[in-house]
Amino acid sequence: MSVSDRLTEFVQALRAKGIQAGPGETIDAAAALEVLGFDDRERTREGLAACLIRRDGQRAVFDSTFDLFFPLGVGIPEQARHEQPTLDELNDRLVAALAFDDEEQLLQLAGLAVDAFGQYGQGGSGSSGYSAHQTLDRVQPQTLLVRILAAMQAQAGFTERLDRDEVRRRIERFRELVRGEALRRVAELRGRERLARTAVPPTPDQLDFLQAGRTQVAEMRRMVQPLARKLATRLAARRRRAARGQIDLRRTLRRSLSTGGVPMTPVFRRHRPGRPEIVLLCDMSGSVASFANFTMLLVQALRDQFSKVRVFAFVDGMDEVTHLVTNGVADPAALGARILSEASIIRWDGHSDYGRSIDEFADRYPDVIGPKTSVVILGDARNNNGDPRLAVLAHILAPARRAFWLNPERRDLWNTDDSAAHDYAQVVEMHECRNARQLGVLVSRLIPV
Amino acid sequence: MTGFFTSVDEVAARLADAGYLASNAVATTVFLADRLGKPLLVEGPAGVGKTELAKAVAQVTGSRLVRLQCYEGVDESRALYEWNHAKQLLRITAGRDETWDQARTDIFSEEFLLARPLLTAIRGDEPTVLLIDETDKADVEVEGLLLEVLGDFQVTVPELGTITATQRPFAVLTSNATRELSEALRRRCLFLHIDFPDEDLEKRIVLARVPGIDETLATSIVRVINALRAMELRKSPSVAETIDWARTLLELGAESLNEELVRDSLGVILKHQEDMVKAGQRLELDKL
Repeated sequence: MSVSDRLTEFVQALRAKGIQAGPGETIDAAAALEVLGFDDRERTREGLAACLIRRDGQRAVFDSTFDLFFPLGVGIPEQARHEQPTLDELNDRLVAALAFDDEEQLLQLAGLAVDAFGQYGQGGSGSSGYSAHQTLDRVQPQTLLVRILAAMQAQAGFTERLDRDEVRRRIERFRELVRGEALRRVAELRGRERLARTAVPPTPDQLDFLQAGRTQVAEMRRMVQPLARKLATRLAARRRRAARGQIDLRRTLRRSLSTGGVPMTPVFRRHRPGRPEIVLLCDMSGSVASFANFTMLLVQALRDQFSKVRVFAFVDGMDEVTHLVTNGVADPAALGARILSEASIIRWDGHSDYGRSIDEFADRYPDVIGPKTSVVILGDARNNNGDPRLAVLAHILAPARRAFWLNPERRDLWNTDDSAAHDYAQVVEMHECRNARQLGVLVSRLIPV
Repeated sequence: MTGFFTSVDEVAARLADAGYLASNAVATTVFLADRLGKPLLVEGPAGVGKTELAKAVAQVTGSRLVRLQCYEGVDESRALYEWNHAKQLLRITAGRDETWDQARTDIFSEEFLLARPLLTAIRGDEPTVLLIDETDKADVEVEGLLLEVLGDFQVTVPELGTITATQRPFAVLTSNATRELSEALRRRCLFLHIDFPDEDLEKRIVLARVPGIDETLATSIVRVINALRAMELRKSPSVAETIDWARTLLELGAESLNEELVRDSLGVILKHQEDMVKAGQRLELDKL
């Protein structure tokens, strides 16, 4: 296969993952390949990245696709052809490599490990392949921690306390190498294009809230601050443009100097932005919790934009958690766990019960929602077939300035099984909000100009 | 192409001479920008040396550095060019007996044109590095102005015609990503994300920037900084803060780190109270 074919296929795969690279970019990438050559793989990678990606969040997708299309080697890794190490031998060498942070050696060992312990099924048949999960399950690199620490012979002193976390990060790095290697071997068996479609994860802002794993949730959490900053800038710009009304005489005269003292373009006085109060009602049950958490953090990060933020959480009981969210900025990771343990939101059996929660809200917090309040309800509306209490909800929301319901489920799943989404959609505007990008758009609509 | 460099290794070596230690990604992308003659869009957290990069390139290639600092409300007359109205008025009053045709052709000539950074960078004959700093601070309309300059390296002045660069400037745009730059602008640039450097590179940066510091101390400093970055802090310490901290510790005459020293000087690297509390807990600074 020629280089240009490989490159166009690579670009196609990137497009399928949402990286918008047009023909212009492909031409640039080809020019970059011509200038850089293939001598140094890392440089080729950086060069292609410079031409093909447009923003920071796309880098992870780019890297894993690059590893598939421009693999380090082909077939069985060099070392695995000569030797078949036992688990103990492999572990010994892994300990040494991790202790001295030898990247080169780690890469070799990942190749060996996948070859020796990751294979499943009968060779040659359609169901065979290599599994990173199986490899890591057998090798268990996390159990080597103590041995690695011993092998490092760290000097005593202040930095000793950092060793443990550093080794953990290196082990995580080894896991990633194993994953990449297994993917490469499978790609050779099954074909690259198919694998690029399924195996490369999407960019974090397009990750589905309901399907995100633990590391992905952490990744999304890191997006909160940048996303909040972007939203705040966008809102400020919108407010500036919307300036109409009273003329600012001083600034108009100053600007008129460049037109010889004739005030050609009047300057308007700036508006004081309206800052709404916001009330969040968050379903904290099971899988929906990660979505609610993310939104709480985002709203909290945007708190300058609101005159008041109040957060309520519920599963089958409603409780105010504003104080937990405010103090929790320092440690967003434990926020969900703290809410579950410190607030009384589970009264009965821990299954979500929207009806009962709505009743309780109406009962305990009748004055929270007023004419200045925007209300946002977060949840999948899966009510376990209970009474949705639509009338009560409509009554609660009646005085509110605006009310939204953000549902993290796909629209075509609404009203399946025990979901009461369409019922609730009759009383409150309901939007699908599956990923951070959609959330950003919806939140900016919440805030009036 | 601007033709400053002949290989990636040369880029890295020459930038290192100027005191800028470039990672593989930085050196490769700078080389490509030079070779392909495309502007370079640099993004990354504050304090990783985005602006420094442009300055270093200007320094090693002996180019003139033209800088456009973007801010909210920067416009055509600040970025591109402006007619010198006062001088035009003087010219009109001075030539009182002229006919209209004489006056009109005369007051819109190069003499009355005030070149702003973008035009200055295009017009020069000498090698130029054009730095457009904090592009994201400018309003969206300004990006439209940049398109012509960055795409074709030319500026159109309606009264004068199109001015094309004889010597293409090496253009660097920096952004802190407070706002999404438009797709049109991004398409015209090579993209480089500078992240915090890896431990080894950062140690070399500290050794180069803080003369007289002990190597083991530098290693410990970088390791603590990396541990801090791995925590989810409101503001992760940047390279600039690493260097500040190294200087502080050197001033204090420290030979190795200990709890007291780190606790007392934590304010140099962390700028939020919550972050300091969290770091204190995680680094076990209260343990005696």
